[in-house]
Amino acid sequence: MSTLTLTVNGRAHTVDVDPATPLLYVLADDLALRGPKFGCGLGQCGACTVIIRGRAVRSCVTPVGPLNAAEITTIDGIGTPDRPHPLQKAFIEEQAAQCGYCLNGVIMTAKAFLDQNPTAGQADIQQAMSAVLCRCFTHTRMLRAIARYQREKNA
Amino acid sequence: MRADARDALARAGFSRREFLETSGALIVSFSATALAGRAGLAQGQFDTRTSHVDPAQLDSWIAIAADGTVTAYTGKCELGQGIETAQIQLIAEELCVPVARVRLIACDTAVSPDQGTTSGSQSTPTNFNDRNLAQAAATARQALLRLAAERLGVAAADLSALDGVIGATSNRATRVAYGELLAGRKFSLTVDPGAARKPSSEWTVLGKPVPRVDMAAMATGQLEYVQNVRVPGMLHGAVIRPPAVGATLVNVDESSVRDLPGVVKVVVRNNFVGVVADKPWHAIQSARRLAAEWRGGARLPDRQQYYDFLRTQPSRDAYVVKAADVEQKLANATTVLEATYRHPYQMHGAMAPSCAVADVHGGKATVWSATQSAYPTRSGVARLLGIPIENVRVVFTRGAGCYGLNGADAVSYDAALLSHAVGKPVRVQLSRRDEMAWENYGFAYVIDQRAGIDRDGAIVAWDHEAWFPSRGGRPGYDTPGNVITGALAGFEPAAFTPRGAAEPAGEFRNGSNAAPSYVSGRVAGRAGGAGTIASERVLTHTVLSPFFTGPLRSPSRLQNTFAHECFIDEIAAHVKADPVAYRLRHLRDPRLRDVLAAAAKAAKWDARPSPKPDARRTGIASGRGVSCVLYEGDNGYVAMVAEIEVDLATGRVAARRFVVAQDCGPISNPDGIRNQIEGGALQGLSRALGEEVTWDDEKVTSVDWRSYRSLPLGFAVPTIESVLIDHPEGTAMGAGETAITIVAAAVGNAIFDATGARVREVPFTPERIKAALSARADPSAPVRK
Repeated sequence: MSTLTLTVNGRAHTVDVDPATPLLYVLADDLALRGPKFGCGLGQCGACTVIIRGRAVRSCVTPVGPLNAAEITTIDGIGTPDRPHPLQKAFIEEQAAQCGYCLNGVIMTAKAFLDQNPTAGQADIQQAMSAVLCRCFTHTRMLRAIARYQREKNA
Repeated sequence: MRADARDALARAGFSRREFLETSGALIVSFSATALAGRAGLAQGQFDTRTSHVDPAQLDSWIAIAADGTVTAYTGKCELGQGIETAQIQLIAEELCVPVARVRLIACDTAVSPDQGTTSGSQSTPTNFNDRNLAQAAATARQALLRLAAERLGVAAADLSALDGVIGATSNRATRVAYGELLAGRKFSLTVDPGAARKPSSEWTVLGKPVPRVDMAAMATGQLEYVQNVRVPGMLHGAVIRPPAVGATLVNVDESSVRDLPGVVKVVVRNNFVGVVADKPWHAIQSARRLAAEWRGGARLPDRQQYYDFLRTQPSRDAYVVKAADVEQKLANATTVLEATYRHPYQMHGAMAPSCAVADVHGGKATVWSATQSAYPTRSGVARLLGIPIENVRVVFTRGAGCYGLNGADAVSYDAALLSHAVGKPVRVQLSRRDEMAWENYGFAYVIDQRAGIDRDGAIVAWDHEAWFPSRGGRPGYDTPGNVITGALAGFEPAAFTPRGAAEPAGEFRNGSNAAPSYVSGRVAGRAGGAGTIASERVLTHTVLSPFFTGPLRSPSRLQNTFAHECFIDEIAAHVKADPVAYRLRHLRDPRLRDVLAAAAKAAKWDARPSPKPDARRTGIASGRGVSCVLYEGDNGYVAMVAEIEVDLATGRVAARRFVVAQDCGPISNPDGIRNQIEGGALQGLSRALGEEVTWDDEKVTSVDWRSYRSLPLGFAVPTIESVLIDHPEGTAMGAGETAITIVAAAVGNAIFDATGARVREVPFTPERIKAALSARADPSAPVRK
């Protein structure tokens, strides 16, 4: 066990954990954040995605130890039900979910990509989402929500 | 009130103060009349039992607080399908209050009525027709109008309700709010089967695209799933499943984990093995390190020969229809066509491996579970722990979409066993492998079809024979051994007894769509089918599965419909008929005809026989296919046109456009139905193109998202157009499993249209497509004479 300081959504947290622990467990259990989800523990589905240094990171396979002092953004930190982030707002407007369990991975992966590539075309967006799963298959609405966000942001 | 009850109510959005204000609803009746009221709750195959919440009592369904807030209690829960919002719309509509003033508590066995299992597209039929929740709401409105008439001194007929206030139609100044009328009291009435429902012509909330009440919480990561449940003092568990199917435990060496951090206890019961630790990561590490010795296990049937293997096994047989003249009609037919269709085991593969939290101490248990079956799970936990059923409470808590019997019931048992062993609350989050290797898979199927055709190209006889493997299934109230944890803990799955088929009796039942839409469905002299073919035989053989099986979205209906809707297409192609027109020629049900015609029209269907006359032989070939079904024989009409492309060099299939027409009676929420159609269509495509459970000689080998392929967000998604046919005055039917049922057939038919190659085995992998392309040289392989 070792004491680490993590900056999550702008707030510093001190945790005492085994540095090999995947970040997801620290976020979901030690910090009790609801946003990042356990989906596979293998980095295959995207449900655990967080953003670190502008990049989408799969927190279920990322050991927490090296993240001491890193700034971590989770979906909990980008908007609230009353004041959603514009990307979250686009998902709400498109009613782009069924069970919603995958939404964290979909939204955070899309956000990281579009923050870096605001004018990306459809093929590039598809490529960016190529390893994100939604088992309710709400794909059409999700892709529409991403397109709506991009359109409104660039308008 | 117990702390856990308070916590659960808080979790459900209730404060203690609100609870007291609405406590009328929670004074539950221990009444002998509950048994009599049971008949109104029973829904087809989905059994319910008498619970302490009496469904005959209005207070079991609806409570109105002094502030006018309406709380409804339901036994049908949100699985992602949108039924929470739809039920809130129903209550808001019948009680004339805004959506925001309605709260719904679903499947908490402390307070909600037992409505069995949320499954089988039965929630809408159960709660939106003139019984159960809908009838309770209508009774409540009638009672409020009566109370208002007494209070205001105005005849009830001259009163109307608006926005939770009842006023005189002639003078709105004479009025009283619901909260004042009841002043926090309960109704103390029975549900009136004669209470008038609000006519659909007056609907302002039902039938409208009301946004999902949970959408903002989902999109911002704030919705509480069962994975997020935290109970004070909670520990974390992990399970160790056998290394091979059927292996039994010889020994566990607890010293192998004694020195690992955070380990609390190793728990063994029969073949069930688990560990409890202080943190999830510690539980996972100790489960990985625990030295357990196992013995034996089944030698699994060869996967490559599995469909042939099924035919050789002892079976439990059943006829759906059996006309006496089938063999004679086939013998006299101008042509007999035959074909065999194969469908693999597939899995639910929920986004989240299943999770549950159990708090067992002092002879009582509370389980937070994403089960579809709160009351049956309550019963199963009681059996597993050997405690009285009334000492168990199951609190439904949202999970990832399950699409049927995934690991939710099993993990509820896991958590209960582990919590029981340590006397503290335990949360169990299964691993991806735990979930995928041991869930109750959707049935594999092998189906033989034969049809006789007369000189005019009409079908004169249809003969269907199917084999499918089954083991376990929904545990129901009495059979925890129907899922892996119960079986490991020493409970037997439901017995499998081979037996011959009895003659069909009673009425035609096509709940599994074993009979095609094109037969007359004649049983005991009455034709209950959607079609015209009178010489009909449908025989099914259930054989014992080496793996657990259970309902997976459109169970058996999807597999059977794949075979039927491809076979009718093969027959149409043989007689050189247009696939839509040929279907219509053998269909008499007007609503099924209507959805088929509507899909064809919306797709601008080019009426001609398949395959496409000028089909390409190199490059990319495109084609269109159609399929339709009356789901479960009485629970939703749907038709689809699929437009696809086949890369002739690689054998890869890309879907470009789906047009789906659907009629499920009155539409509660058109956007919700569209969402279900779109999701069903794409989930059906993923299942048709790539999903298949695999195994070696001792264990399942499709245990993650590399070995079990699900189409990701980034695949080339087809456009999906939904045509909704509304029958607001009709009977409400299901809409969650209709579209998915017909995708594989529509895509398979489109592949044939594009290429002339018929693929009769799901999934349509590039290898199978290429094999079918090569086999095209073999003309009319299925024709027998």
